[in-house]
Amino acid sequence: MGRAVGTSVRRKDGDAKVTGAAKYIDDLTFPGMLFGATIRATIPRGEIVNTHIDLSPDYIVADYRDIPGKNYVALLDPDQPCLAEREVRHVAEPVLLVAHADRRALFGIDEQVRFDYRELAPNYDPETSETCFKQIAIDKGDIERGFRDAEVVVDGEYRTSHQEQLYIETNGVIAVPGDGQITVYGSLQCPYYVHKALVVLTGFTPDRVRVIQTETGGGFGGKEEYPSMLACHAAILAIKTGKPVKMIYDRVEDLLATTKRHPAIVRHRTGLTRDGRITAMAVDVLMDGGAYATLSAVVLSRGVIHAAGPYRCDHIRIRGRAMMTHTPPNGAFRGFGAPQTQFAVEAHMDRVAEALGIDPVRLREVNALRPGDSTATGQKLGKDASALPVLREAVKRSGFRRKRREWKGTNRGIGLSLFFHGSGFTGAGEVKLASKASLELTRSGARILVASTEIGQGTTTMLAQIVADALELPFAAIEVQQPDTDVVPDSGPTVASRTCMIVGKLLERCARDMRRKLGALTPAQYFTRHGAFTVTKQYEPPAGLAWDDQRYSGDAYGSYAWGCNVVEIEVDPVTFEVTPTHVTAVAEIGKAIHPLMAEGQIQGGTAQGLGYALLEEVVMRDGRMANAQLTNYIIPTPMDAPPIEVAMLERPYAHGPYGAKGVGEMPIDGPAPAVINALRHCGFDIRLIPATPERLMRARR
Amino acid sequence: MLLTINGRQRRLTVPPMARLLDVLREDCGLTGTKEGCGEGECGACTVLVDGVAVDSCLVPVAHVEGCQVVTIEGAAAAKRSAKALQNAFVEHGGAQCGICTPGMIMAALPLKAGASRDEIKTALAGNLCRCTGYISIFNSVEAALSPAKKGPPSRVALRRASAHARRR
Amino acid sequence: MPVDARTLTLQRPRNLKAALAMLAKEPTLTPIAGCTDVLVGLHFGTSDTRQFIDLWSLDELRGITSKPILRIGALTTYTEIIASPLVQKRVPMLVAAAREIGGAQIQNRGTLGGNIANASPAGDTLPVLAAAGALIVLRSASGERRVSFARFYTGYRTSVRQPDELITAIEIPAIDGRQWWRKVGTRRAQAISKIMMAGVRSPADHLRQGYGGQEAGRHSCKVRIAIGSVAPTVVLAEAAAAVLSQGGAIGDAQAALRKEIAPIDDLRSTGDYRQQVAANLLAAFWKDTE
Repeated sequence: MGRAVGTSVRRKDGDAKVTGAAKYIDDLTFPGMLFGATIRATIPRGEIVNTHIDLSPDYIVADYRDIPGKNYVALLDPDQPCLAEREVRHVAEPVLLVAHADRRALFGIDEQVRFDYRELAPNYDPETSETCFKQIAIDKGDIERGFRDAEVVVDGEYRTSHQEQLYIETNGVIAVPGDGQITVYGSLQCPYYVHKALVVLTGFTPDRVRVIQTETGGGFGGKEEYPSMLACHAAILAIKTGKPVKMIYDRVEDLLATTKRHPAIVRHRTGLTRDGRITAMAVDVLMDGGAYATLSAVVLSRGVIHAAGPYRCDHIRIRGRAMMTHTPPNGAFRGFGAPQTQFAVEAHMDRVAEALGIDPVRLREVNALRPGDSTATGQKLGKDASALPVLREAVKRSGFRRKRREWKGTNRGIGLSLFFHGSGFTGAGEVKLASKASLELTRSGARILVASTEIGQGTTTMLAQIVADALELPFAAIEVQQPDTDVVPDSGPTVASRTCMIVGKLLERCARDMRRKLGALTPAQYFTRHGAFTVTKQYEPPAGLAWDDQRYSGDAYGSYAWGCNVVEIEVDPVTFEVTPTHVTAVAEIGKAIHPLMAEGQIQGGTAQGLGYALLEEVVMRDGRMANAQLTNYIIPTPMDAPPIEVAMLERPYAHGPYGAKGVGEMPIDGPAPAVINALRHCGFDIRLIPATPERLMRARR
Repeated sequence: MLLTINGRQRRLTVPPMARLLDVLREDCGLTGTKEGCGEGECGACTVLVDGVAVDSCLVPVAHVEGCQVVTIEGAAAAKRSAKALQNAFVEHGGAQCGICTPGMIMAALPLKAGASRDEIKTALAGNLCRCTGYISIFNSVEAALSPAKKGPPSRVALRRASAHARRR
Repeated sequence: MPVDARTLTLQRPRNLKAALAMLAKEPTLTPIAGCTDVLVGLHFGTSDTRQFIDLWSLDELRGITSKPILRIGALTTYTEIIASPLVQKRVPMLVAAAREIGGAQIQNRGTLGGNIANASPAGDTLPVLAAAGALIVLRSASGERRVSFARFYTGYRTSVRQPDELITAIEIPAIDGRQWWRKVGTRRAQAISKIMMAGVRSPADHLRQGYGGQEAGRHSCKVRIAIGSVAPTVVLAEAAAAVLSQGGAIGDAQAALRKEIAPIDDLRSTGDYRQQVAANLLAAFWKDTE
């Protein structure tokens, strides 16, 4: 049959969402349910020496002593307490929890609690920080030789700021206690991350901890690790009170307390021949991790691996550090380090082109990675390496060269960026995860059992398409189980552009096995004669994939998706406001399983990238987000959205389902450098994003 | 207080300054109306009061006494264009995570058939979406409001799909 | 943190007379109308008022009339202003300003009187009303008075309105000449202003008596310029306007303007930017209205 993959079937979650029937976490209620609130530290660094609580007995207060198991949020390092005991490392660090039966009784609750602190001097500057969460070094070839071969050397420093994921549904969970067990419902991306954290926190055996994902109103990485913290909080209150406890952040709390994209400082030194061939690339990447390690090590990892951009160069040296500062921890956000480093390399490439006096397209054509070339980590690229095809398609579609010529010296500008994005976990990550996926035969078809979550990107629909075709059944015959750790196997987290390529492939293998087992029978016939059965598959790395974690070399990812953006802008000379007027987004993603949803990912990621480039700024004052309101943290509105023309190229990856690679994250890698390069075309030298009108005013050349 | 919500009269004991949003969600169990910001920035809580789109987080319930309130749950029964809008948001990719979707549909509901893209943008200017970049939302509303463009579901999807270039 | 609605009271007068009587008795009541600011303040716990009086149902305060001068009821919403042929014809800059406020939902609820009473330095219609020489009609149980817009505000979020008075209407005298409006916000919709400017450029021989009673006399033209978000209240840039009225160079007018405003750094922009863009807007106004 093979009729679902490649067509834009009706998405499975659509009808419930458009009628208001879909239940998000705040739409749920349980008998006897209490509401929980968090009391947070108000200083960036110090010790709590005294706590004064002025609350009537109908309020239940919990602190770290109420934690039955261990007091840390289990993720990578056990450094972040679930509730601060004495030490405070950032503003908004959680200290106490309060529960009450009346939601409104918790309004203004923080005014009833006062802490006496012994304050210490905070540090907000990653460059002077003495605590390093992670260092990474990548060396390819001989960097000294590369610079000796250079005829021209270009240096540059580029900075990016915090960015808030700004899912429209804030973080929220409900913890329901049972007899020596706990169930947490929540808006989250990674049920098994939350499960792991709860096991550590409660000390319960894994079978007594259950996590169920509810309809999730956007994540973008912001619900990768933070829900573990929030679930632990609700669980503490639920265990203490013996009642279900709902905790929903309002927007202010969500902005103040939850993770943001890591700010970065990236320094480039690039050696080239006069005709534009890169001979050496030295890159230094510094990321601000915030107060605790959270995922900084792996964000840095993806950042440095992408830091040399999609370019061929024999001599590369990359150094990366993630440093601690006294601000709320930074964490996962779509792109996961790559948007920062690819902003830097792509803004740098246009400065290089300018220094050499050559066309930015030509510079990229000369140096773009081709099939058979090797990346910074020495990974030899397969036939699907598509830097040149996406570049050429974008240049042609957008009329780049003509506009570049005609608009010179006007208020209009056009800029491009070339980028790539590794699909799946980095290095040996997928092997360590050893994800599983299951497929269960039903009377009418099959049910997908995976922990991969639908957060808007289309997981349930896309996975069902893959299974339908591999099982040779209609799309409608495939059901998708709501992620529930009691029912679904651990398919790994829903992050890293891995769901389609990794989990999709596992399900394709499950479906092919099931197809063989069914033989000539329909599911109904088989079910009637033999009953149900379940096929489970576990991740196996494609043959030949090798990674050396000590030397940071080898096959960093199973495959890469490739992208090129061309952004056209207009600058108002009176107000320095920038209007993106058109974006051409070309993406090579192996196979568009659902073209409409893939296009939606690209458009949405591109818009988020335009916000990153021009509008979105977290104003940190004394370690606290000063603009923690939707009025003041500025994301694009419908009036700010330019037309985004998407072109998808398909060069199948042999180990992806139907050739598919990852698509979710890559679209946010390219817009910011393309905008900044368009601004350069207009006469603005910008090395720091967001490029607000205030910064533009000062950067006019 | 006597309220008419989705055509049904309800007698409720609520403080006059309670937000309409809270009354809908907590007192009436109508959870299709969402809260995204509490300050009239995101539009996720949009409902119609006497046919006019308002942010229910900024309306004290006292102001809707004697008015017709329509939420996403009652949209299809209240207005003929609602079903077409709801369907188009599924067909054209207007709904991704879905949390802004009820507000988007309610904000689009007062638009007239054949509304231009500029009129659509103006009607939706008070609604934030973080998933779509808005284009598929504009496409959804445009498709629902222009009967000429309507076709069988699969055709619509395929036509959009054909926009992407294939290289093997 | 939000304020619990159960701690709030709301008086609901049936008509204007009853409202004024209530206010005379309890002048501490806070009037509410479209609530687009009041409920935000209560939600974020930044408002300390707990007792309110509801004007929303007072239809006497709605409507737009033009006999003899343009009169806009205080409860007129931005949507009604945008749709009004009268306002479109006589004060297009007010229509332009109203279009850029919030989004459709805010325009459907927010009122002109509320924008004035809320007294934010970033109130979007305020520079327009200042440049238009509007009069604010205030009424209390003991009578009615008119205050010129230029004399209405006394400082940051303070005005001459007495606690027992309500803004009932805004009167806008006929405006000769070209009107100009520009809002510079944080984005294209749902934006709080970083700076905004309203300007009126009237030919000298068509001068009318404005509210200020200034005679242009030998001036080549008459100019009124008002700027928002650059000081605790909207600024009527009289010195800059005088330079331009007397045929001075735009550079001199810009220099005069810089002395008339005192913008600060805040979450949305910087004082430097506002200074520079104010000067740029002045030049744009002058060029566009030639």
